[in-house]
Formats: sequence, structure tokens, C-alpha cells
Amino acid sequence: MTNSLNPSIGNPAAARRDPAWRGRVFWALAALVMLWPMLVLSEFKPWVLVEPGALKPTLHFLGDFFPPKMNSEFLTMVARETWRTVAIATAGLTLALVLAVPLALLSVRVLSISALTGRMALLPGVLRQAVRWLLIVLRSVPELIWALVFVRVVGLGPTAGVLAIGLTYGGMLGKVYAEILESGETHATRSLLHNGSGRLQAFLYALLPQNAGELTSYTVYRWECAIRSSAVLGFVGAGGLGQQMDASMKMFNGSEVATMLLVFMALVGLADRVSAWLRRGLA
Amino acid sequence: MKRAANEVYKLPPPLFDARCAACWFVLGVVALVGLSFWSLDLQWAQFLSWQAFAKMGKFLGELLQPETSPAFLDKLMVATLETLAMSAVGTLLAVMLGLALALPASKTFEGDPARWRALTRLLLNTLRSVPELVWAALLLIAAGLGPFAGTLALGLHTTGVLGRLFAEAIENVPPGPGFALRARGVGESRVFLYATLAQVLPQLMSYTLYRWENNIRAAAVLGVVGAGGLGQMLAFHMGLFQMDETSSVLIAMLVLVALVDALSFASRRWLTH
Repeated sequence: MTNSLNPSIGNPAAARRDPAWRGRVFWALAALVMLWPMLVLSEFKPWVLVEPGALKPTLHFLGDFFPPKMNSEFLTMVARETWRTVAIATAGLTLALVLAVPLALLSVRVLSISALTGRMALLPGVLRQAVRWLLIVLRSVPELIWALVFVRVVGLGPTAGVLAIGLTYGGMLGKVYAEILESGETHATRSLLHNGSGRLQAFLYALLPQNAGELTSYTVYRWECAIRSSAVLGFVGAGGLGQQMDASMKMFNGSEVATMLLVFMALVGLADRVSAWLRRGLA
Repeated sequence: MKRAANEVYKLPPPLFDARCAACWFVLGVVALVGLSFWSLDLQWAQFLSWQAFAKMGKFLGELLQPETSPAFLDKLMVATLETLAMSAVGTLLAVMLGLALALPASKTFEGDPARWRALTRLLLNTLRSVPELVWAALLLIAAGLGPFAGTLALGLHTTGVLGRLFAEAIENVPPGPGFALRARGVGESRVFLYATLAQVLPQLMSYTLYRWENNIRAAAVLGVVGAGGLGQMLAFHMGLFQMDETSSVLIAMLVLVALVDALSFASRRWLTH
């Protein structure tokens, strides 16, 4: 009786077969058909990698990786550029904070006095929404694009990198700060405002102490991201490790690239560890 | 000695205390920021000068007239599709490679020797810690200019990211179903397909979609080193000071990024509510 319900019992061949094979095969074929134009558009031709014309310089370049360049003059230069990368990230993040804190304060809805009694008044509502949009615009332009623009205006060098990180991260930090401040318990803030305290007082004595840990932890995390992106910004001429790496790559100098890649990985790993450690301390 | 019942007259604690971790943290941050500004020869004077403002104004003014001839818009459309294709193929490549590497990188059951775990994890971390743009610059030598280098670069970096996330998902899977199959003598590959994969698939899908979203954004700018898509077009026209074309490419990029952001926001809201 059970055999009629489940034909696989007593039939070892059917038991081994995947019960849903028809659907799987259909969707695999459909995915392949969808994939084809994608492969054409992205010029996906893996065989160019092993063509002798491309393979030879690649192997030569990779062979040059070992041993990495280690003379003291070069290492001093790499150390200086590494510090510059960290400094660009730190200065950029400081600039971002200068931008983000006032904008976040302006856009937080919890600190609205007119919203205490019913709907927010028209003017403050429009202002808050406008600041929010400004933050979204700042955030949505990638820092690499800002860097390209600023390199055009202020010339090659770290200033462009600092400004690029400052603007993009200002938008990111401002938006997330506002979200963090609004997501928590707002009872203390509202009772302060109800009893006649100013908005800044309500922020300093209720909103900030409640959320300080989370805000600091997010800022430290963003500092780690800024180090990663400041190294990359060098590729468009904004100073730091990336700019040197770009120069060495253009000269096919494998041993220099190898050293800088190792330093870069160590730097990213270190920033990762420091930021994780700090955030654990803050939590 | 008699103690006061309340300590009303006690002085406030000193601002700095050698045992106060927060004080040291603040001091360290202030020192780092000060040293950073001091050591970088930032050209504020040049940036805030009248000349720079005029230059910036001229630059922005030139950006206000985007090129809109149909022939150019066609080229722009192709570059946008190229960017999307790069991100999709790169992500797909990363899913396959990431899954292949996640298996040796995870300890699937109690008593699994997982000999390759440390080595694969090291490989995944290496792939992950080199950003897409650096991969692209390196791969230009092997793959030549064009979207293929960008696709591979996205694929390699994302393999590192996804491989690690996949390995963690596989290790955190509830062991019951796998144990039941193993106890009946089912082979490892079928245990993976019918117990582990079935359980982690939703998580893998959500990680993949999240990375794809990231990769679209990355693919848009990746081209500035010559690796195809909108970025390559931007670098090309900006290098030739063709500001009308530059402006159109910039607008296309921003629209693409904004669309991806809006779509991901909407889908996340739809999934969570």
C-alpha cells in the first residue's frame, strides 16, 4: 500500500534519482541562456590569459615578484607612503566628522520641538528632508570620482584624497548617525524637550549618552574602511601607497609591486585588528 | 574616622587619570589626527584660493551641458550594460570559486580533520584583502585593457569575501540532518548536497545578492584604471578634457548607483515587512 504512494520503495534506481531533477535542469538551462549575452558583453575570454603574447609578460612580471624588493631606501619610501595612506584616511575622516555631525543634528527628527505636539511644522520638515537628501547625494558619489574631480582642481597629491574621503564619508556618517540617533529609545529626549530644555541640551544630556557607544563604534569601523579606500585613491593620483603601486605597475617592476602588496595587506589586516579590538572595548 | 553621610562636597573626578582607558583612547585619537594633518602638506591655501574656486566653478559649469547626441547615448548605454555584465559575471565567478574554496575552508562535522582549513582560509584572506581596483590594475597586464580584466578583478576579490562568508555559514549549520545521513553511510558529497546545501542555500543567496549590489557600484568606478565599463569611458573623456561627454558619463554613473541603492532598499523593505 505504501508502495503505491512512494514508488521509490522497492525500486532502487528511482530511489537514487533526484526527485526534483526536471526543475533543476530547466532552471540551469534558463540561467545559461540568460548568461550568454552577459559573457559576450563582459568579453569573457579566459583563453586570452594563456595566449603566448599575454602569458610571457605576465609570467615575467610574476617571476619578478620573488624576491620582493627589500633595500632600505625603498623600504623607507614605502613606510613613508604607508603613513601617508593612514594620514589621508584619518584627516579625511576628521573632515567627514566636521561635515557629518552638524548635518546629522540638523536632520534628526527626534529633536524637533514642533513635532512634540502633533505634526512637525512645514519649514523644519522641509529643512530636515533637504539635509537628508544632501547627505544621500554626498554618499552616493563614489570617493574615486570625487578624487578624480579634485585632482583636476587642486592637482596631484594628498589634498584631493583627503577632500574625496571627507565628502563621501561625511555623507555616509551623517546618514548613519541620524539613523542611529533615531532608532533608540527617545523617552528621555522627549521629556527634556517637554520640560523646556533646548535642543542642544536635549541632545547632549539624553540622546548622545544613550548612543555614544554605537556612534563611536561605527566611526571606528568607517576609519578602517577609509584606510582601505585611501590606498586605492592613490591610483588616480591622490597620494599614498596606491600612487606608488600604480607607478611601479606601469614600469612592470614586479619586485616593488610585491613588497607594496605585502605592506598593503599587512596594513589592511592591522587596521582590521585594531578596529575590531577598539569596537570590542567600546561595546 | 567618621565618614560623611553623603559625599556632596566631593570634588569631581580629575579630567585625566592614568587608569582611565577612555582618556588614553581620546588622547591617542587627538594625537593621530594632529600628526596626520601636520605630516600631510595639505594645500588648503591653494584649494581655498580664488583661483581654485574659479577653476572649480568653470569645471562645474562645463559639467552642466551633458552630451546628448543619440550616437553617444548608444555608446553610453553599451558601457552601462557592460558595467552590469561585469558585475554579474564577476559575482557568478565568485560564487562558484567561493563555494569551491568554502568547502575545504570549513570544518563540517565533529571529528572532521579539515586538513586544508588553515591554508584555504589564508588564500581567501589574501584574495579579500586586495581591493578590486588593485586586482584590476594587476590583471591588466595579463588580460589586457577592457571589461575582462575588470570582471576577473571583481571575481577574485569577491571570491575572498564570499568564500569566507560561505565557510562560516557552512560551519554554523545545524548538524542534525547531516548526522542522520552520515549515520546511514551516505557519502560526503551527497551529505553536502542534500543536508548542508539545502540548509544554507537561503543564506548563500542573500550574501550573493548583497555582494552583487556592491559589485555593481564597484564596477562603475573600476574602469578608471582601464578595466572597462563606465569608468573606462569616464577616464578616457576626462583625460581628453571632453567635458560634455564626461558629464554624461558621470550622470549615467550616478543614476546607476542611485537605482541600485533604491532597488536594494525597496527589496530589503519588501523582504523584512
